[in-house]
Amino acid sequence: MIPELGSFALILALLVALVQGTLPLAGAARGSRPWIGLARPAARAQFLLVAVAFGCLTWAFVNNDFSVVYVAEHSNAQLPLMYRVAAVWGGHEGSLLLWMLMLATWTVAVSILSRHLPDAMVARVLGVLGLVSAGFLLFILLTSSPFERLLPAADEGRDLNPLLQDPGLAFHPPMLYMGYVGFSVAYAFAIAALLSGKLDAAWARWSRPWTTAAWVFLTLGIAIGSWWAYNELGWGGWWFWDPVENASFMPWLVGTALVHSLAVTEKRGGFKNWTVMLAIIAFSLSLLGTFLVRSGVLSSVHAFATDPRRGIFILLFLAVVIGGSLFLFALRAPKVGLGGAFGLVSRESLLLVNNVLLVVAAASVMLGTLYPLFVDALGLGKLSVGPPYFHAVFVPLMVPVLLLMAPGPLMRWKHGSFAEVLRRLAPALLAALVFAIAVPFAYGRWSLLVALGLALAAWIVGASVVGILARMRSSQLGLLAQPRSWWGMHVAHIGIAVFVVGVSLVKGYETEKDVRMEPNDTVSVGGYAFRFIGVRPEMGPNYRAMIGELELSKDGKVLQILHPEKRSYFSSSMPMTEAAIDYGLLRDLYVSLGEPIDERAWSVRVYYKPFVGWIWGGCLMMALGGVLAISDRRYRLRKAAAGKVAIQGAPA
Amino acid sequence: MKPRHKRFALVGGGLAVLGIAAALVLNAFQSNLVFFFTPTQIAAGEAPKGKAFRIGGLVKEGSLKRQSDGLTLQFIVTDTAKEFPVAYTGILPDLFREGKGVVAQGKLDDNGLFVASEVLAKHDENYMPPEAQHAVDEAQKAQKTVVAN
Repeated sequence: MIPELGSFALILALLVALVQGTLPLAGAARGSRPWIGLARPAARAQFLLVAVAFGCLTWAFVNNDFSVVYVAEHSNAQLPLMYRVAAVWGGHEGSLLLWMLMLATWTVAVSILSRHLPDAMVARVLGVLGLVSAGFLLFILLTSSPFERLLPAADEGRDLNPLLQDPGLAFHPPMLYMGYVGFSVAYAFAIAALLSGKLDAAWARWSRPWTTAAWVFLTLGIAIGSWWAYNELGWGGWWFWDPVENASFMPWLVGTALVHSLAVTEKRGGFKNWTVMLAIIAFSLSLLGTFLVRSGVLSSVHAFATDPRRGIFILLFLAVVIGGSLFLFALRAPKVGLGGAFGLVSRESLLLVNNVLLVVAAASVMLGTLYPLFVDALGLGKLSVGPPYFHAVFVPLMVPVLLLMAPGPLMRWKHGSFAEVLRRLAPALLAALVFAIAVPFAYGRWSLLVALGLALAAWIVGASVVGILARMRSSQLGLLAQPRSWWGMHVAHIGIAVFVVGVSLVKGYETEKDVRMEPNDTVSVGGYAFRFIGVRPEMGPNYRAMIGELELSKDGKVLQILHPEKRSYFSSSMPMTEAAIDYGLLRDLYVSLGEPIDERAWSVRVYYKPFVGWIWGGCLMMALGGVLAISDRRYRLRKAAAGKVAIQGAPA
Repeated sequence: MKPRHKRFALVGGGLAVLGIAAALVLNAFQSNLVFFFTPTQIAAGEAPKGKAFRIGGLVKEGSLKRQSDGLTLQFIVTDTAKEFPVAYTGILPDLFREGKGVVAQGKLDDNGLFVASEVLAKHDENYMPPEAQHAVDEAQKAQKTVVAN
């Protein structure tokens, strides 16, 4: 009964979404109050219905209802409760429902937090979101219903893919989807601006916190995914340039550009058309990511061709969204206009360069991701584009971005001077040189990449310090009284520097060894010694494990016993490697078990990874910067003083 | 500077960035595209010498052998028509099995052995790497044509 209720709720949600996507838009165009007024209640009703559907599916998982196909395929009665809940989004149908729930959540959030916006604007934004929802609900109902029955019911489920049985799975997809889907709000604001033909600083101020929020979620989602791959896949890598990863990285790059271009639109009224365009691209890339991951086109172009319903639907949806938006853009962009003029040397130009480079970087990632698919689809052979391609293209494109991150925030709006900024940056330049020389020297091995990475990181941090000190001297208020968005920018920029340090040092100085070890054998990496004690069997709740024991020591002092595992889950024949990691601020030591070689010996993989934790630490700082920016007073003031006009010159 | 000149400078700058990016992409494509060959194609001498490529197919049952150092492995990749020996030093991914699909990346050495630098792992036991599936399909298609003739 409950699954049918879920299905029914989805159908009702589709009807509500259709109302939400049509009447308020028409109402805003014709100035009809009652139709405009429909937007908010429709958004809330739709959220409730989607939440009910999601609740029904969760209920089926928690209660092991194996008469539902999707549950039988992705869960198992032995699975711990936490993973039964996480298994709701462990497959195609459920992840789409999660996507939909996120979309409904963003929509309802807009409907609640938009009291200070003009009603017609809210109606347009919610209307566009309603159309997007309608598309996705139709997709779920037509091609991917998670509520289909299995008759007769299975006695036992097939189990969740063991790789996904990790706390990382519980958080990674929801965060990532919150980010993906969050760009739909930025997109809806952009389309609303095109429809109304009005795009001013106030518009940018409304859409800015939403865009930043989506960006924060996407940043966290990608970081958690990378952390999960590092911990769970047993290869010690943190980024593989895999198409699925690229699918989330492209919207992140364009989203980053959008966050910066919105700053220009808000502060200077510039980049208007460009901002709208970026919002459209960011959301289109989110949809493209969904298409790549969900259509099966990645695992095989031919699998896509044999069961094309899902892929074709998303492709059509993509075509309608992109085509429709671009058509509207072409029609209305002249009315919106480009916005304020600025000098060739100004903060605007630096941000423009940042934008262009980020978009070009996203395009090069897209090319590397889609090229093999095209070649295969055209029958020209099979090939793959691996990490070397991405390194060769991405690094040279990012170096100028990082280089310009330092002068950017110090440059004046409209008209600045490079000479003045460079003079102020002299200490940062000095710091960059010192780090570029000192750190490779300390590690005892010269590496151009490490020197460059550290120089850029020190340059960026140095510039932030210069900026913060200058603000401290010039402002009578204390540093803590400075606007949160200003702090947010510095925290996020320093986060980038931290990330760059992590990447450079891991790439430059990591050591990996695959060795054959018998009990009491010792292997050393990065100045640490690992002594192999042995391997013993143990039982887990739904798996059997072989647990290795290795003693980690440095200079003869025992630090810790590490326990890497090899698990076999009862429900599948597939073994799973669980690495054991000794985490540290300055290095991680990573051990995973290979396979038994004979009676006594195992193959063992050990890694020394300097500063690898800084990669995720940097991402956390970027996200924290975003959160600080969203919490800025000027976004909240407007709510308290709705009615009153409280727009003062907002700080940069 | 006149607005017109400024616009020229901006457009010129944008085009320069695009040009550089295009050059980078083409250059990276030139040296980093990895092509895929089936054992039948390699047997026919289509695979490049001294350049990395991928081979895919099934791991032949009973062909996996471990050398005395304990870490170097040798196995045979087959597409059911032709076979090819592959050597790999290191730890194989969890999903590597005899009789299952495999894709390896590496180079041919002088003795006609494929020395793999990487054996690719996928996330699901029932999942067949598309390239491996392709290799088997092609070989079977070819055999059918032979029978039909």
